[in-house]
Amino acid sequence: MSLLDIQNVSLGYDSNVILENLNFTVNKGDYLCIVGENGSGKSTLMKTLLNLQDPIKGKIIKGDGILPNEIGYLPQQTVIQRDFPASVSEIVVSGFQARCGLRPFYNKEEKKLARENMERLGILNLSKRCYRELSGGQQQRVLLARALCATRKLLLLDEPVSGLDPKVTADMYNLIKDLNNDGITIIMISHDISAAIRYASHILHIGSNVFFGTREEYLSSDAGKFFLASEGGVSE
Amino acid sequence: MIDKLVMYLQYPFVRYALIVGILIALCSSLLGVTLVLKRFSFIGDGLSHVAFGAMAIASVLNFTNKMIIVLPVTIISAILLLSGGRKAKIKGDAAIAMISVGALAFGYLLMNIFSTSSNLSGDVCSTLFGSTSILTLTYREVWLCIILSITVVIIFVLFYNKIFAVTFDEDFSKAVGTKSERYNFLLAAIIAVIIVLAMNLVGSLLISALIIFPALSAMRIFRSFKSVTISSALLSVVCAFSGIIISILMGTPVGSTIVAVDMLIFGVCCVIGMFTGGIKE
Repeated sequence: MSLLDIQNVSLGYDSNVILENLNFTVNKGDYLCIVGENGSGKSTLMKTLLNLQDPIKGKIIKGDGILPNEIGYLPQQTVIQRDFPASVSEIVVSGFQARCGLRPFYNKEEKKLARENMERLGILNLSKRCYRELSGGQQQRVLLARALCATRKLLLLDEPVSGLDPKVTADMYNLIKDLNNDGITIIMISHDISAAIRYASHILHIGSNVFFGTREEYLSSDAGKFFLASEGGVSE
Repeated sequence: MIDKLVMYLQYPFVRYALIVGILIALCSSLLGVTLVLKRFSFIGDGLSHVAFGAMAIASVLNFTNKMIIVLPVTIISAILLLSGGRKAKIKGDAAIAMISVGALAFGYLLMNIFSTSSNLSGDVCSTLFGSTSILTLTYREVWLCIILSITVVIIFVLFYNKIFAVTFDEDFSKAVGTKSERYNFLLAAIIAVIIVLAMNLVGSLLISALIIFPALSAMRIFRSFKSVTISSALLSVVCAFSGIIISILMGTPVGSTIVAVDMLIFGVCCVIGMFTGGIKE
């Protein structure tokens, strides 16, 4: 059974339908990239997958025993966070908030796991630093470490590289690929179709023409061919 | 000087004022950090005007216990303001300004039309600036204040991690399954209770100062949520204590003296922050 099964879903705000009859599935270990133009409904789709918003129509079936609190999420940064006095370790350990339930404090095991996740992403040396004084790439790693605390199965990433310079962007993509190789399923929203083709196993292209399939199928599809032509070809 | 202080401390009303003042300063500073970060610095102002309006209604209706009206009305307004959040059609500063000005005008209008006392502007002034009411507290009011403050502190400590998480990133909290609406609700209720309590101390107009100054001062110097919260609580208690003592010794109004001390400390913290660039720890 698949992790997520999206059946005939229509999305939108209020009565405004943005996307209709969307169908796709995500299996364990997949790396799905959701691409599409601004306003095509990428963020709305993400919010729907995260239960922040209900679909107008259709069903989202969560399989393989994925509970709502086993999804890790890397959101886009908010204005509030820019002047928030918080240390890196405080933010990372807050990934366990759902696991805590009504228990008021984080336990030893959770603090240890938080340290391990910081180490895994190479930010353990920053753990006492203030979040707002870090560089953009470091901040994204902090939020990614927090997302890893929330899940071991499924990560949803919303434009994880927006605003990062090319080198940091490449590092971030490699990091995400490593996590995927470790068995974590990735769903990522991106503007960056060429990166999607390079890293993803599956691609969902939304917009006027909806495409869902593996990376290879995308490259031979009309949408993919159109993209390849406009890019002057991407080497395999 | 010391003799004078010892003499004053023998009066129960001075001790009551000190206890209540310190407790309210502590509670308001705890939530101040969250409110400043959520861009709700002015909620103290807005809600205290709502409480003022509700108090006017209560006096017009001749209620002996005004809290029966004031507390629920303030709590409901706080919940409307905070839980509307980003989805509300009129949000943040505009919503607060609307409620605050509306309630103030409405309250004053009511007091004017159904005036029961001859010294109307004096009444309004003391409600807004709190002038002396902290020095006229009864034994029962002091106990009520102690119990409510302890409850606020306990709730804050128990939900500290959740409050941090929800304030820092509400979307993430919702996505991983935290019921963030519940915590916003809880925050709103606590804030309303604190504001109604604080009206006795500094009056409607100066409540914002109690909420934001300690938080802003602490944020100049410290860089983690825990240290900011603890130090803003400490700063607030120290400021309230010294403010009350100074006002007793010098005969100045209690509320404005506390705020003056708060402002002074803020200035000091700014200077320290500039020199250290903030303590990295």
